[in-house]
Amino acid sequence: MTKFIDLTLNGISTGAVYAAVALALVLIWRATRIVNFAQGGMLMLTTFIASDVISSSGSYWLGFAVALVCGLILGAIVERVLMRRVEGGPPLNAVIVALGLLILLQASAGMIWGNTPRSFPPAFSIRGYDVGGTRVLFSPNDTFTVLVVIAVAVGLAALFRGTAVGLKMRAAAFQPEVARMLGVRVGRMFTLGWALAAFVGSLAGLLVAPSVFVGPNQFDPILIFGFTAAVLGGLDSPVGAAVGGIVLGLVLSYVSGYEGSSLVTLAALVVLITVLMIRPGGLFSSTRERRV
Amino acid sequence: MSAGALLEIEDLTTDYGPVRAVDGVTLAVRRGAVTAVLGANGAGKTSLLRTISGLERASGGHVRLDGEEILGIAVEDIVRRGLAHVPEGRGVIAELSTEENLRLGGLWRGAKATPLREVYELFPPLRARRNLLAASLSGGERQMLSIGRALMARPRVLLLDEPSLGLAPLVSAQIMQLISRLAAERDLAVLLVEQNARSALSIADRGVVLNLGCVVADDAARTLAADEGLRNAYLGF
Repeated sequence: MTKFIDLTLNGISTGAVYAAVALALVLIWRATRIVNFAQGGMLMLTTFIASDVISSSGSYWLGFAVALVCGLILGAIVERVLMRRVEGGPPLNAVIVALGLLILLQASAGMIWGNTPRSFPPAFSIRGYDVGGTRVLFSPNDTFTVLVVIAVAVGLAALFRGTAVGLKMRAAAFQPEVARMLGVRVGRMFTLGWALAAFVGSLAGLLVAPSVFVGPNQFDPILIFGFTAAVLGGLDSPVGAAVGGIVLGLVLSYVSGYEGSSLVTLAALVVLITVLMIRPGGLFSSTRERRV
Repeated sequence: MSAGALLEIEDLTTDYGPVRAVDGVTLAVRRGAVTAVLGANGAGKTSLLRTISGLERASGGHVRLDGEEILGIAVEDIVRRGLAHVPEGRGVIAELSTEENLRLGGLWRGAKATPLREVYELFPPLRARRNLLAASLSGGERQMLSIGRALMARPRVLLLDEPSLGLAPLVSAQIMQLISRLAAERDLAVLLVEQNARSALSIADRGVVLNLGCVVADDAARTLAADEGLRNAYLGF
């Protein structure tokens, strides 16, 4: 029973990170119908920047803030400079551009920072809480992770549902031409969508870095799990992304705890295939069909 | 070119590759008046509207709004000059609620947008469905939403593309009456594209008949409706 509770708690905190990556992917999919395969590379870059700022300034929070701001800027630049050219074109073009960007980012990071993974400090203690004499597998840093991801999810929901900018972003995503006819500057909304997504992505990088370390390829599995979580929840739905992340975190935690950690990647693949076979739109999709 | 026209179109030409969709069209719309653009399927009516509002690139000619050239300006900026385009197939955003659709129409106007209350008074059925997704509205309600949304920004020129398409005759007649009233009460210059020539001419001040992208007749609505040869050849009634 203790093991089950431990695995559940662990699943929730890793699931929160998957949820954040999934949110980053969903934001871009909703805005521009592009799956951002470069997301892993983008968050890797901002986490490296955070690592440098932390080691030179000694302040974790300064590095944290710088990475988030860099995420916003990087997202906007990637959209304006690269993706603007392939938006609305054949889907494969965007996939190839995103993959090209991923390779470019990983190669550049290797040249700048080297290929040996380096450690990254957590925001808070990673020693589990002491509950009635036993140490559970949930630390103050896990609490921070879960709370931050919840705050971001709620913040995004409030932005989309409750503000004029959110309304314009949704209109631009659903019907770009009609939105333009109503005076919405659709290009700006797309840029903003990418900036927000990269912001959430860089947050995910900061949260997961203490456990996976920082290196050019260290974040690849996170992107795959995040993508699985996004498909699980329905690529269109931010709520689905959050729930999909937590569900996947739990499933992978149980598999890892009861069956062995070598099966985790396989389990994620099984989840992905199962969802695509039984409910290809995802758990929370608004559309009933999608080409897969 | 008639004096006092708010929207003037002169020698406008639009090509889709080798196909000339709009071929040297000249027409004018006055404030407070409805100009109907008539013609069969493929006559270039929708292309004409899309070129005026900036959605298609013109190959030549002029479009002037209140004397200023708007050809070549981005759609979003033409809207800000006071032109509203209600597209064919209504263009409501099905994933947003009725009220969100309406608010969207007035966002760029900020505090100067038409109050929602005013639109709900014009279209009472929309008030009852304000919180429902636009996807759940009937055809007539969607048309109301689409016109109401265009009015949110207090436009000076209203382009309407086939507002009666797919509507029951009674609903269609109501929409036509409303268009005529809006033009008069709000001093709007309305350019109305319709396949249903009879109902369009019943409320229009002027009519322009297009065939294969060219203007083949431009006259007072009454005169056109009485011209039997024209009716037989182009208008089908």
